[in-house]
Amino acid sequence: MSDSTAAKLQTPWRLTSPGDLETLRNDIIESQDPNRPTIVVCHGNGCLAGGGAKVAEAFRQGLSDAGINAKLMPGVKTTGCQGLCSRGPLVTIQPHGFCYQRVQPGDAAEIIEKSVMATEPVERLMHRDTKTGEVFHTEEEIPFYRLQERRVIQKIGKIDPTDITDAIATGAYSSLAKVLSTMTPQEVVLEMEKSGLRGRGGAGFPTGRKWRSALQAIEKKGRPVYVVVNGDEGDPGAFMDGAIMEGDPHAVLEGLIIGAYALGAEKGYLYVRAEYPMAIKHLEMAMAQARSYGLMGENILNSGFSFDARINRGAGAFVCGESTALFTSIEGKAGNPRPKYVRSVEEGLWGRPTVLNNVETWANIPLIMGMGGEEYAKIGVPHSTGTKVFCLVGKVENVGLVEVPMGTPMTRIVEDIGGGVGGGKPFKAVQTGGPSGGCIPYSLKDTPVDFDSLTKVGSMMGSGAMIVMDETDCVVDVGRYFLKFLEEESCGKCIPCRLGLSRMREILDNFSQGKGSAADIEDLTSLSNALKDGALCALGSSAPNPVLTTIRYFKDEYLAHVEDHKCPAGVCKSLITFAIDPEKCNGCMSCARNCPAECITGKKKEPHAIDASQCLRCGICLETCKFDAIFVS
Amino acid sequence: MEKITFQINDREVEARPGWTVLETAREYGIEIPTLCFHEAVLPSGACRLCMVEIKDGDWSKLVASCIYPAAKGINVYTETERVSNVRRWIFEMLLAQVPASPEIADLAARYGVTRTRFPVKDPEEMCMLCGLCQRVCEEVVGLSAISTVDRGVHKRVGAPFLRPSDVCVACGCCVNICPTGAMRALFDSIRGETKTTLTQLTA
Amino acid sequence: MNPVGTNLEEIMDRYPGEPEYLIFLLQDIQSSYGYISPESMQRVCDRTGVPLTRAYSVATFYQSFRLDPKGEHEIKVCLGTACHLKGGQRLVDELERRLHVEAGGTTEDMRFTLNTVNCLGACAISPVMVVDDEYHPSMSVKKMDRELKRLRHEGEKEVGNV
Repeated sequence: MSDSTAAKLQTPWRLTSPGDLETLRNDIIESQDPNRPTIVVCHGNGCLAGGGAKVAEAFRQGLSDAGINAKLMPGVKTTGCQGLCSRGPLVTIQPHGFCYQRVQPGDAAEIIEKSVMATEPVERLMHRDTKTGEVFHTEEEIPFYRLQERRVIQKIGKIDPTDITDAIATGAYSSLAKVLSTMTPQEVVLEMEKSGLRGRGGAGFPTGRKWRSALQAIEKKGRPVYVVVNGDEGDPGAFMDGAIMEGDPHAVLEGLIIGAYALGAEKGYLYVRAEYPMAIKHLEMAMAQARSYGLMGENILNSGFSFDARINRGAGAFVCGESTALFTSIEGKAGNPRPKYVRSVEEGLWGRPTVLNNVETWANIPLIMGMGGEEYAKIGVPHSTGTKVFCLVGKVENVGLVEVPMGTPMTRIVEDIGGGVGGGKPFKAVQTGGPSGGCIPYSLKDTPVDFDSLTKVGSMMGSGAMIVMDETDCVVDVGRYFLKFLEEESCGKCIPCRLGLSRMREILDNFSQGKGSAADIEDLTSLSNALKDGALCALGSSAPNPVLTTIRYFKDEYLAHVEDHKCPAGVCKSLITFAIDPEKCNGCMSCARNCPAECITGKKKEPHAIDASQCLRCGICLETCKFDAIFVS
Repeated sequence: MEKITFQINDREVEARPGWTVLETAREYGIEIPTLCFHEAVLPSGACRLCMVEIKDGDWSKLVASCIYPAAKGINVYTETERVSNVRRWIFEMLLAQVPASPEIADLAARYGVTRTRFPVKDPEEMCMLCGLCQRVCEEVVGLSAISTVDRGVHKRVGAPFLRPSDVCVACGCCVNICPTGAMRALFDSIRGETKTTLTQLTA
Repeated sequence: MNPVGTNLEEIMDRYPGEPEYLIFLLQDIQSSYGYISPESMQRVCDRTGVPLTRAYSVATFYQSFRLDPKGEHEIKVCLGTACHLKGGQRLVDELERRLHVEAGGTTEDMRFTLNTVNCLGACAISPVMVVDDEYHPSMSVKKMDRELKRLRHEGEKEVGNV
């Protein structure tokens, strides 16, 4: 909660009409002085891990040292992910919007003096373009933000996610009020169909159509019906759903309540990954606050509609992101996918009609209801409407949270927004869709990023992880990585997945050791197809995608491993050697001291040498050498 | 009750409401291999040997026939290239995984798979985790003395804490239903203090 | 590991005695005690009416449950894709070698438990290592060594004080 709001927080009052909500919103806005400086400290996962909490504390202390009561004016406000995670901890000073990066507690005093008490920028902490050296003062100027179209994550990084009044001031729950007071459930579903929204969880099933079939199922089977949030974001490298739940939990709740109204559901479930404790905490707070304001629970806004929800914490199983496994997990069982050819809308949780959507999908719904389905459908491209939030990670300058309209070319996301791999080099590939997706090579860099285009090139949208790889990343190694990941995460029920993933990984293990043949690549492809056709659920049937796409686009690299016994990227341990360039080595002995195998020898101030026969290829020497004298071949 | 008419391998077949594709095929003597299927318990779709291809013009998909409900007008094929590919790899993997089971070797041979490209991990292994033992204990005996433990590649069959269980009454249903003979070896690690012995049961 | 005031019965009373609360109860026991003992699992079964086989099956299915006590310090290494590309596996290899324990295990002296985790969503600061819930960004083997030394030293000091 922002300190100043906390200072004058009124007791929540139970809102009984859309008008009440509007009045409350105006009251909050009026009580805020737009010229009052606010120090906005990012408390997203990345920034917190980088010391964001200490930075916020330093600002509070700094204000008090400067004789300013932090509780009154100006305030320190903590928010969810502000987006540019690789330059955290991030701090923004409002109302001028000065954006500070890599802020350390020691910087607080200077920022307070110059940018809070006066309006001067502290340029040394501002965004500097790595190529041109140009300095940018505000978010609006920084290309990373300027080139995005932030709608779903618009409020994230701006509002205090633990304070419902901050969310209400920016319009939260106004779509819900509109829906409850002016729309019938049928009209809500119709609006969803018009919007063309497709599920953001991976497969891209049209959300409106899903809701429509749920209504049909309800007609047949009656109620109860359940609405469920899939917050089990498990794709490694994807954290957008986590960021949404942490940074704007009300958007998810508002979407869920609207969906519940459309379907006539009285109860909902939010299944949230165990690894996201902050998301769970913020959702719990948001729900408690929404209840106390009459926005959730009995007779919401006096509309006669009642709805409540509960959170189920995941317990560490990737497969629970699969809808039927998620249901069995909510029911308190091991998360095995159900072996049934019945759609969840007909027979989902507790055997009842159920609508399950992912976090980002739910967070889109208040937007759609706010602007209308037709207007929403104009964003993006015809068969993939709206925007998509991505996590840009890996070998890219600007790691962080990115939202762009569907259909944006890959290169715009990776190069223009992400700043490329650095050093002006082209990227090697971009992996989308996590363990179910594929690697898209540089030659397809102009591929529009939408559901159908990504499927066409052999990958998939997935939940939104975009992992950028450069020339030092090996496709065989990446394939092994994903297979190993899925081996551990497979529920183990069906034979193709339980045995097939290990066998595929073993074939790749051989490749990484220079063993195998071109015929093995054929076998790998054939076995991959058996998994695609034979596995029980999407975890297994999509598991071969990373391997199949890399064979498709990087076959030469596979052949280099099996025929030339070389790893061109210099990653596969058995195929590389570490050596010291005697020209560059000055005998500082740092590598020799740190070598766990004690296989680096040489006298002080004389070039050293590595005994390749003892070398573990752990790479510690490479990490420790300050003179760039160690090379991999 | 009205019968459901559809086609298997271009031959017209009739199913009773509630039947699966596998049940219908068996009624007509059309052979589909299975391992995890048994009439006494609910189907679980785990072994994936019973995959069949459903075609509709250019569109086609593979489904597990043991759980796919018979539906009017569908065209089912039991011996397509895609079906054989799935079967072949499952058999190759099973030959390496459960080399000690003659039942598996016989079944694989019937479908032309007699060698495997994969190295054998444990030459003594017989369990391929079809889950029949667990299902019979839960659904037929009503005891739930055994379950699958762990997940993924680490999955195995056992009693809680991998200690003999007092819940087990040593009825031997799991031993009888086991298609590979694996339960015979596991039985002693599951039953607790009991009065009957395995020899009495299987005699 | 057992914080004062949290006893098993207090946890049992937090939820209705229904099978659907099995995972909730196991999670709360896990977070209070650091692991789920056979006795506490039996108590959960009595409370929820779930057979022990199913509780055991659930407890071994999900990665966050442990059936044996945790070490004094828990070291987690993230192996999400971004961390993998930046050398997360190397950290695990080196930790395994230094602690003489495999990932998932606890050292004989009960000082350290080593775990891996699939993506903590902190990809910007990869590779990430988490020690007792404190994040260590952009780890290298060298930084890891320093942290390990600090933890070991801390323990010795405590022993010395006793």
